[in-house]
Amino acid sequence: MRHLIEIMDLSVDEIDEIIEVANDIIADPEKYREKCKGMKLATLFFEPSTRTRLSFEAAMYELGGNVLGFSEAQSSSAAKGESVSDTIRTVGAYADIIAMRHPKEGAPVVASYKSDVPIINAGDGGHNRPTQTLTDLLTISREKGRLDNMTVGLCGDLKFGRTVHSLITAMSRYKNVKFILISPEELCIPEYLKDEVLHRNNLEYLETKDLEAAMPELDILYMTRVQKERFFNEQDYMRLKDSYILTLDKLDNAKADLSILHPLPRVNEISVTIDEDPRAKYFQQVRNGKYIRMALILKLLAAAGVQS
Amino acid sequence: MIIGKIENGLVLDHIKAGQGMKLYGILGLDKLDCQVALIKNADSKKYGKKDIIKIDKLIDIDLNAIGFVDPHITVNEIKGGQLVKRTHIEKPERIEGFVKCKNPRCITTVEQELPHRFVLTDREKGIYRCIYCESKLEY
Repeated sequence: MRHLIEIMDLSVDEIDEIIEVANDIIADPEKYREKCKGMKLATLFFEPSTRTRLSFEAAMYELGGNVLGFSEAQSSSAAKGESVSDTIRTVGAYADIIAMRHPKEGAPVVASYKSDVPIINAGDGGHNRPTQTLTDLLTISREKGRLDNMTVGLCGDLKFGRTVHSLITAMSRYKNVKFILISPEELCIPEYLKDEVLHRNNLEYLETKDLEAAMPELDILYMTRVQKERFFNEQDYMRLKDSYILTLDKLDNAKADLSILHPLPRVNEISVTIDEDPRAKYFQQVRNGKYIRMALILKLLAAAGVQS
Repeated sequence: MIIGKIENGLVLDHIKAGQGMKLYGILGLDKLDCQVALIKNADSKKYGKKDIIKIDKLIDIDLNAIGFVDPHITVNEIKGGQLVKRTHIEKPERIEGFVKCKNPRCITTVEQELPHRFVLTDREKGIYRCIYCESKLEY
């Protein structure tokens, strides 16, 4: 049974294939309206995440399927102490595919061991977010027409921002991608990621604190939120939260075809004055999130032999 | 200091100095009812100092646990006072059962029956990661 637990579960060819299907859905959504007719997606959200859940549900509805599930652990048997494995086996008897979010890291791995239907990891604590990375890849691919030969700037919380780690890991497989890692020292990228991804794959990267100096070189600027819950004390948070706020004047030296991405939600790290700039792609990115999830659902259902 | 020869049992030799007690704990040797000797800081031609564990009984021993602590350890099997088998250890690809994931956010913290399993992700540096949360195993 194929599942999607982390982005590296998919080969480059498979990612290309999913992106191709997503592009086809965007071009001709009518063709896909009944692809999942009579099928059910279970959204098991052991912790709340409204936008991710809505994105999965919208994706399944647009494929003509139905959705069941819960949006917080209190309304599931988990509140009675049921194990993840038992919940998954039970739900697998009702649904054709499961998207799950869980506060504990590795919960989807446990789910995948006992599941008779495909599991999609919709987030496990601060660990993996593979569908966000697929969304990012689709957005970059659509904006640039390629996933290789580019300079990608990642800015903000590079220490705890899992979407950043996952995007770097995914893009490490494409040729001639250079990373510029822009963050305060306290929030720089973890050593293990440098060792196990950047160094191991001989990737070109630069660490800097200076967003404006890095700007002219960038093809992609991936902004992230400095999350309060990642800090041990409030003083550190208050000191660093406004370090890397993107404003229009900082874009003076940017390329005309720069694409600005953000996994959202944002707090204030991208000024709202940028929203109307043609380089702002984060709301397009949100829309792409639905299309890539549609393509992913189709792929996993096809791999499970229940959809052609 | 003299510790006598054993007739039937195991000698864990070439343990990196200072690691003997850790290995003693991981292998659960405290639960044995036979004689067990832990020698610290013995002279070693190869390493200068080493630890040695002698177990006065032939027991099933977890070679993965030994390889995890130190892949340079040799396991000597003694029968009738003679060395009958010498096993050289390698770092195992997977380990299970004797160490726990310490990441408080790992699923294993809430699902008690899950086996704690780790895979070797960097042989050179000896880094193991939890199969669930991918945290680096700290021991």
